[in-house]
Amino acid sequence: MAEFLLEIGVEEIPDWMIEPACEHLKRNFLGVLTETGLAEGVACVTHATPRRLVLAAQQVPERQADKEEVLKGPPRKIAFDAGGKPTKAGEGFARRAGVAMTDIQVGIDDRLFVKRIMKGRGTLEILGEALPAVILKIHFPKTMYWTGKSGPRFIRPIRWLVALLDGRVVPFEIAGVASGGSTQGHRRLGSVGIDVTSFADYQDQLYENYVLLSAPTRRERIEKLAEELVHDGLRVRKNDKLLKTLCYLTEYPTPILGKFEEEFLDLPEEVLETVMQHHQRYFAVENANGKLQPHFIAVANLDGDPAGEIQRGHERVLRARFNDGRFFWEVDQKQKLSERVEDLEGVVFHAKLGTYLAKSRRMIRIVGEIASELGVNDETSRHARRAAELAKCDLTTAMVGEFPELQGVIGGLYATHQGEPREVADAIYDHYLPAGAEEEIPRGLAGRMVAITDKLDTLGGFFAAGMMPSGSRDPFALRRAAYGIIRILIEGELPLSVDRLCELAGAGGHAGDLRTFFVDRLRYYLREVRGYRYDEVNAVIGASSEVPLDVRLRTEAISRVRPTPDFEPLAVSFKRIENILRKAGGVEKYAVQTVAMDLLEEGSEADLYRAVTALSAQVSRRKRMGEYAAALIAIASLRPAVDRFFDDVLVMAEDEAVRNNRLVFLAHVLTEFSTIADFGEIVSG
Amino acid sequence: MQTYQDIILKLKSFWAAQDAVIQEPFDMEVGAGTMCPETFLRVLGPKPYRTVYVQPSRRPADGRYGENPNRLYKHMQLQVILKPSPDDIVELYMRSLEAIGIDLRRHDFKLEEDNWEAPTLGAWGIGWQVMLDGLEITQFTYFQQCGGIDLDLVPVELTYGLERLTAFLQNVDSMYDIQWNDTWTYRDVRLLDEQQYSVYNFEKADVSAIRKAFEIHEAESRRLVGEYQTVEDTAESARFPLLPAYDQVLKCSHLFNTLDARGAISVAERAAMIQRVRKLAVSLAAAWMDQQEAIG
Repeated sequence: MAEFLLEIGVEEIPDWMIEPACEHLKRNFLGVLTETGLAEGVACVTHATPRRLVLAAQQVPERQADKEEVLKGPPRKIAFDAGGKPTKAGEGFARRAGVAMTDIQVGIDDRLFVKRIMKGRGTLEILGEALPAVILKIHFPKTMYWTGKSGPRFIRPIRWLVALLDGRVVPFEIAGVASGGSTQGHRRLGSVGIDVTSFADYQDQLYENYVLLSAPTRRERIEKLAEELVHDGLRVRKNDKLLKTLCYLTEYPTPILGKFEEEFLDLPEEVLETVMQHHQRYFAVENANGKLQPHFIAVANLDGDPAGEIQRGHERVLRARFNDGRFFWEVDQKQKLSERVEDLEGVVFHAKLGTYLAKSRRMIRIVGEIASELGVNDETSRHARRAAELAKCDLTTAMVGEFPELQGVIGGLYATHQGEPREVADAIYDHYLPAGAEEEIPRGLAGRMVAITDKLDTLGGFFAAGMMPSGSRDPFALRRAAYGIIRILIEGELPLSVDRLCELAGAGGHAGDLRTFFVDRLRYYLREVRGYRYDEVNAVIGASSEVPLDVRLRTEAISRVRPTPDFEPLAVSFKRIENILRKAGGVEKYAVQTVAMDLLEEGSEADLYRAVTALSAQVSRRKRMGEYAAALIAIASLRPAVDRFFDDVLVMAEDEAVRNNRLVFLAHVLTEFSTIADFGEIVSG
Repeated sequence: MQTYQDIILKLKSFWAAQDAVIQEPFDMEVGAGTMCPETFLRVLGPKPYRTVYVQPSRRPADGRYGENPNRLYKHMQLQVILKPSPDDIVELYMRSLEAIGIDLRRHDFKLEEDNWEAPTLGAWGIGWQVMLDGLEITQFTYFQQCGGIDLDLVPVELTYGLERLTAFLQNVDSMYDIQWNDTWTYRDVRLLDEQQYSVYNFEKADVSAIRKAFEIHEAESRRLVGEYQTVEDTAESARFPLLPAYDQVLKCSHLFNTLDARGAISVAERAAMIQRVRKLAVSLAAAWMDQQEAIG
């Protein structure tokens, strides 16, 4: 068993592509081992820095196992003549098989065959052939060529390759770079031409050359040293995304503490944070109460900053950035948001969907409709409409021009500063929420309505223009928009119906598609985020998908009542009823008829009828009050009566009138009690 | 202390030692060093080339009347083209920084993803912004396409922002405080430029005259390229004035930028004008490739 080490030496790979690239590398490599019968027992890890993708595998067989192979030849009659002498065909077969005529045997099918031992090939040779494709098939979102347009494509130029099988070079070449056993250290702190023999040796030598190969090690170093830099009750503001970025922007990360003038703390924290974290990739520093302090932590790709030069450099850049921020803030105050509405004429939302002025006018109308649909009070409705009018105005500000990721937030801050009511300002601030799965929904009712409205208008516009997402292509993030609406409706407890939303969206001929799109997001939310079982979700949506909030409440009720002893058996009975009715011509056929009391048989049938009648008033009262669990428990209490009915009564009775009446009765039971969930969808066991 | 012109001289001699032709700035208005024929046309086709030059780059919308310490209507780019890119280009580039006194063992040097694209030129490339202690000092690009044409030899383009680099090295906060040489500052040399062109671009430029000029130059470029396409004789093709036709494209690009700064272009029109300039650049590039073959 051998150890295999592969290092692809690359110019700086974009940080966010590195982890997926490692996954692909591993998958491609293991794919080759599997295809060539070398995979068993192999343990494989990957590592990466901006300049190297590394794979190390242990327990790799040194060669393929030998295989016995049976080669079939022509029928005996053709291979030998009447005298038993080999014919041309017979000799030809022996020649092709590379054996003497005497080694050839005749099988029970009367054809010639020969057994050969296929020597397994050496792993070194196999890998040498396979590695170029293993490497070049790593998927990157955007690739380049560097040796001319017919050359290979990769994320950045490949500059060196290490490929060692137990210390022996696995020979291959990519774009003129031959594999070898020699690596490079950190760009300035390490050397080049470092010969390595094994994975352990490789890691040691990299360490000596200021490359921390493992991302978790770099991460720990950043976290630990950063914490050591701050004192006196201060702490580093957590930011996992930034931490990960910095892990993959450095080979030897060293945090450096810097400071900035306190006067900049007058700028909104959102602006300071965006400049530091997004633009400059610095950690913010806060006090014990979470308030931002005039310090930051930069992470250098170096071993230290003894003279404080790096610190001063970063401080100067940050000061210039903050000065810009202050300049933009001051310039922007010369024209209030409310004076910018008409300027939205000049900002295109999408070439096919007009300007933001048109969008904001539609939003005012839609949010008004939503407000009256929900019956909110006049003040909230007025606030929501005002927020819809101003929501997009920050797109014309210098600040958003510089920090586009702060759109909405800046509008909210300016609205507060310019004396808009708090509910209006918050609604503007929040109206892009929830932008990610982990983000919260808007704080207030007006904000929720405006956020729904903005997304709904976007969805309606793109659907009407036929630009729906397909497969993995969703350039306008419409799935996220629809999903955001579903979350706001459910988590914000707004009982709006999907049909009404689709009407308001203005999706034109694609309203039906939009409806399906919403229901798909609703299913996803209930199953993947809320963790309901798929059959419960199917049962509830099967009954009705009209109001997402209601769907969620019904699903919750089902999942609570499901463990009670009567529930699943009753679901089975309901399914049976459904099957009987389907075979007899369909539920609808019978549901429209009325039950003839006099045709009911005294005993189990009449008992069930009485139980159903008694229950149905109670169930519908519970349902009306939204007490779905109680309603379901009540329904489940029918179980004994239903069981007795099926034990004692033959549904498909001889007498046609009795049979028909029974089917009508069962159809009533089914429809009456299937409005919370379609029990037939429940999979028992 | 190294002056602004010391830095330029050192960078030029560094790249001259790498066999680059020291070119002088192109004598027309351009928005970036990339647009000069020494880059835009030289990167096309199979012939190797190396050059270094400083290009004053005019971006009318970036003018701030000389009042913003970090933004300029006209900034200076030191442009390096190495075609094809040598394998050790990153190392070479780092050594060029060391040549101007930046000890990279004492500074935070990072290459951060930044893919460059110039829609009006039909050009794009893959690369990084080079960050030094958090400051972007150079755009580093492996060209992939220019004038809509896939490039045979992949050139590398290094664009140093000279004002930023010098401000960093001289440790000053305002570009105007840069010491140009021992006697004069950047302010002494350039402030009037910034003030007057800001006034012109934002206030005085005659929109209808500029629109007309745009159309005249566009027509001239189109006429020339159109005529080139009808030439059948190889010798005639080889001497055809495509370089002057390219000048006309650059004129259009600059006039468009001026109109844009003046706020005279609606959003829809903006996209359409970019397309018009791009079309000129793309058809010029195709003609140029053809002519290179004729020249052999």
